[in-house]
Amino acid sequence: MRVLVLFAHPAQRKSSINTAMATAARALKGVTFVDLYAEYPRFSIDVDREQRRLMENDVIVFQFPVFWYSTPALLKQWQDLVLEYGFAYGPQGKKLGGKQTLACVTTGGSKSDYSDNGGNRRAVEHFMYPLEQTATLCGMDYLPPFVLYSANHLDDESAQHHIRSYPQLLTALRDDRLDLARVRTLPTFGSSELNDLMRN
Amino acid sequence: MEGLAFYALCYLAAAVLAVIVSQRVGLGSVVGYIAAGVLIGPVFQISVAGSGYLEQFSEFGIVMMLFLIGLEIDPQMVWRLRDKLLGLGGLQVVGTIGAITAAGIGLGFTSQQSLLFGFVAALSSTAIVLQTLEEKGLLKSDGGQASFAVLLFQDLAVIPMLACIPLIAGSGQGDSAGHGGTALLTDLPGWASAVLTLAAVGVVVAAAHYLSRPIFRTIALLGLREVFTAAALLVVVGITVLMSAVGLSPALGAFLGGVVLANSEFKHELQNDIEPFKGLLLGLFFMTIGAKIDPEILLANWSTVVTATFGLMVIKALVLLPLAWFFRVRGPAGWLFALGLAQAGEFGFVLLTIGGDRGLLSPTTVSVSVLIITSSMVLTPVLFALSNRIVIMLEKRGRNQRRADQPDQGTVILAGVGRFGQIVNRMLLANGYKPVVLDYRADVVDNVRKFGVKSFFGDAGRPDLLDSAGLAHAALLVVAIDDPDRATEIVAYARRSNPDIQIIVRAYDRLHHYKLLDAGADHIVREMFDGSVQAAGMALESLGMHPYEVEKRKAVFVEQDTAGLARMAKLVDVDTPAASNPDFVAGFNDIGKVIENAMMGYRSGYDEMVARGWNAPDAGSIHVPKSAGIDLPS
Ligand SMILES: Cc1cc2nc3c(=O)[nH]c(=O)nc-3n(C[C@H](O)[C@H](O)[C@H](O)COP(=O)(O)O)c2cc1C
Repeated sequence: MRVLVLFAHPAQRKSSINTAMATAARALKGVTFVDLYAEYPRFSIDVDREQRRLMENDVIVFQFPVFWYSTPALLKQWQDLVLEYGFAYGPQGKKLGGKQTLACVTTGGSKSDYSDNGGNRRAVEHFMYPLEQTATLCGMDYLPPFVLYSANHLDDESAQHHIRSYPQLLTALRDDRLDLARVRTLPTFGSSELNDLMRN
Repeated sequence: MEGLAFYALCYLAAAVLAVIVSQRVGLGSVVGYIAAGVLIGPVFQISVAGSGYLEQFSEFGIVMMLFLIGLEIDPQMVWRLRDKLLGLGGLQVVGTIGAITAAGIGLGFTSQQSLLFGFVAALSSTAIVLQTLEEKGLLKSDGGQASFAVLLFQDLAVIPMLACIPLIAGSGQGDSAGHGGTALLTDLPGWASAVLTLAAVGVVVAAAHYLSRPIFRTIALLGLREVFTAAALLVVVGITVLMSAVGLSPALGAFLGGVVLANSEFKHELQNDIEPFKGLLLGLFFMTIGAKIDPEILLANWSTVVTATFGLMVIKALVLLPLAWFFRVRGPAGWLFALGLAQAGEFGFVLLTIGGDRGLLSPTTVSVSVLIITSSMVLTPVLFALSNRIVIMLEKRGRNQRRADQPDQGTVILAGVGRFGQIVNRMLLANGYKPVVLDYRADVVDNVRKFGVKSFFGDAGRPDLLDSAGLAHAALLVVAIDDPDRATEIVAYARRSNPDIQIIVRAYDRLHHYKLLDAGADHIVREMFDGSVQAAGMALESLGMHPYEVEKRKAVFVEQDTAGLARMAKLVDVDTPAASNPDFVAGFNDIGKVIENAMMGYRSGYDEMVARGWNAPDAGSIHVPKSAGIDLPS
């Protein structure tokens, strides 16, 4: 399977966990890694090129930090422009039908913040609903999101663990080794569950 | 040594003084130098001892000027101007030679002498005219380009003229020829000297082409600046010595050397090295001319000098004017061209001197002729003023002769379609707007027209042209010309005659920005600013910064700089020079400090501004919703 990672992060400092994840992902063979903020620093997205990339791949991964319960602005712009009528949806559309989509997100909030009694009053997958419905409308196969909570105060070990797991997840998708049936039973999954979700 | 220092003192002091005065009065530096020469020569009698010895030096000024003109020869430009160069230039030279020779014979000179006068009169002063055109910003106008082409042709025509003088003199008064005597050539028959001329020219061309490059490259690799300068001078002096040895004009050789080196990679180095020497030595040349003015001869012949000067200029103008018309240089451009070139030039001095050395002319005739040339050169500013007068008169009469087209009325007027205006024009066209385009370069207008753009020839600085382009009803005026003062005038005029119009204008620098603001511009674009910010951004990106980070930094920089510009606007008084306005200086220093802080590492302010809104929150802050910090709706 050909994997496309669309990465959106407007402030890629060295300390950022997403930057480390991106560096690991960029090095993988058979995975096309796109840094959207680097390619379109002025938000003028090349729609034809983006559509071509989507067509050339089977798995579409969105990697981003959660900003105000949503995607960073450029990724929203990407959706608005690239998922055109006649391409992604509509009678002549559905060109993306059957492709798998996966959101790989990091949140500032902790796991308990994202619970019915937590400060955010909902679990994180609820905030991904627009993305889920967008994928569904386009006939894509939406997988439960891969989440890292409390991204701003991780201890070193869990940070390293997540940074290692991310490329493992991507290669598993590439080699079709992820047990999708089991993944679909979960609301979200994280690096600690990843080992159990692999087929051998 | 003392003597040398004393002469240097006198010459330099006189030069500095006279040139400052003459520039202030608006007569240009050449007249100033000649005046300085008059001061040290006839007036204070200082030069008598020194000038003969300095004269040799000063002739290097002419040689270097021709070398530099040769270096400037750009094949493309020559090709573009080929009609004017060959047609207009050629007919002008031939026509003037014919007219003056006839006049000379009519006045009782021999045909050889008259022909020499014709040669002398056919040449105009490249040094004065080019400088004046440049100072007035007219070099790129149609009249300016035509003048340039003709001057170039004349400078080339000097070469065969110089080669001809031995032939004329040889067939004429043979007895007195050769009294100068050091050169090989004078003892040879005419045909042999012509052959030798060609051989020497061949040597210069071949040496410049094959020898110079490896030598320059070696020196450039050594990295010694002053040795390069020495080598550059060596080229010019070497050519001079070689040419003098065969009795040929060093100027000719230098010009050829320059042409051969024009497309060498060392062209700009050579230019920079020779330029200051040329400037000074050319000044010295004009000073020696002034110093040689003999008051006795002047007093004895003043009426001849006055009438001949007047006659010379009238004849030259009468030859130039119809030719200009014939070559479609008409109206204001035609007058500028015909009057601007109506004086005689520095090469006249050279030709006369050689003619004198060859015994073609008596010393007195040479002196009187030098005086005539000098007065015609001194009168050049008057000629330019006269052409200006005539242009204004023509405009007042407002009808025929006006070469400027009558543009259509439009809602968008674009003044200037050079590199800047072209982009504006293309964007407007691409978006369905059809600006009325004005430019004073006919070739540019023709080119743009080929692409179907409504464009009109004419100086956008002329109120009547702006008016007929529809200024009164236009919604937008874009001023994209590269002449700052003129741009300011246009803006001021446009604002006066149409208070509602939007004006976008290209600014040269900060000070110009303020002037434009004062003149009533709505939007001012600093011409280099965006491009430079772009380059700075690329620099940061090449150094490894993330492109979006670069974008943020550029945005903040532009914002800050623009804000600084606006803050300063209140302090500027466009009529006081910036440096003598204490408020402005203080404000500028203030901005300077901010920039310095940013540059020298105290960049926290700048960094903070860049980071705002993009930074990850401090650890923990996003946990706040746990009901403590933020009030959540229940
Ligand atoms: C503008 C902005 C909005 C944010 N909104 C949220 C949010 O709604 N929920 C949340 O859990 N974290 C939020 N965060 C925290 C980021 O998700 C967190 O800093 C990021 O995932 C850390 O990843 P990084 O180290 O790669 O930058 C926000 C951060 C920023 C800068």
